[in-house]
Amino acid sequence: MPAEQYQKVYLYRRIVQAKLYIDNNYSQSMDVSNISDEAYFSKFHFIRLFKKTYGKTPHQYLIFVRIDKAKNLLKAGNPVSDVCFSVGFESISSFSGLFKRTIGLTPSAYLGQHQQRQAAIAKTPLKFVPGCFIDNNGWAENSNFGEVSK
Amino acid sequence: MITRLSHTTIYVLNQDSAYDFYINKLGFKVVDDLPMGKDTRWLTVSPPEQPNLEITLFPITVGKMFPEETAKTIIDLVKNGKFGSGVFECTDIYATYEELKAKGVEFTKAPKEEFYGIEAQFKDDSGNWFSLQPKSNFESSKK
Repeated sequence: MPAEQYQKVYLYRRIVQAKLYIDNNYSQSMDVSNISDEAYFSKFHFIRLFKKTYGKTPHQYLIFVRIDKAKNLLKAGNPVSDVCFSVGFESISSFSGLFKRTIGLTPSAYLGQHQQRQAAIAKTPLKFVPGCFIDNNGWAENSNFGEVSK
Repeated sequence: MITRLSHTTIYVLNQDSAYDFYINKLGFKVVDDLPMGKDTRWLTVSPPEQPNLEITLFPITVGKMFPEETAKTIIDLVKNGKFGSGVFECTDIYATYEELKAKGVEFTKAPKEEFYGIEAQFKDDSGNWFSLQPKSNFESSKK
């Protein structure tokens, strides 16, 4: 591999390593210095390269990951306060405010909306599947299908 | 007038393994995951920035849609990489390539400059292959 290309690959691997560090440690307290240390960069060089690669600063990306994980935990039925702390926020009010600004709903409204949808799916699951798939696969005639609505 | 594509299907050999591949490796989001009888799930996923496109990860199981011989034929075709299932757009192709490779995704082509732009290719856990291209490829082709 030519030296120039090797340098480029090495650079990308370090940026990716930093992103994966955020993906895997979002629940812990971290600042940009932690993350740039992980990628062996100076803080400002790191922020510039990260933003160029992912379109977000490392801090913006960390918040994005935390909110995304919070959505999954809320969908799994976890209480708002548990979700807040398990994705790395330290106060429920800052978590709720940020969640609402990002998603457009408070965490409890998001949880409620998801629970409503789950209840509708449990009641009439086939309403959530395009009819062509139901017909072609014989799901409406499936003798085991009653299990779905229990 | 057709306005958009809402659902498309990728045939997979195993839905549990496909779930792991598309969610944990590619970073897609689950839209629906409903049991449909004993051995099948209605499992749909979406690329992170395209929530209104549902990709159905559909198992090739013997039944009304696939008689035994048909199922066997399709399984062989999927396993042998005969289905090119689409083109995925990414932000930075080199970073995406390094990340997916680190997660164990099998690439059949590393990012390479072609006359139409930079492209890489990878396979899913079943054998379906995809092209990976940066957004800039499509922006320049639309000019």
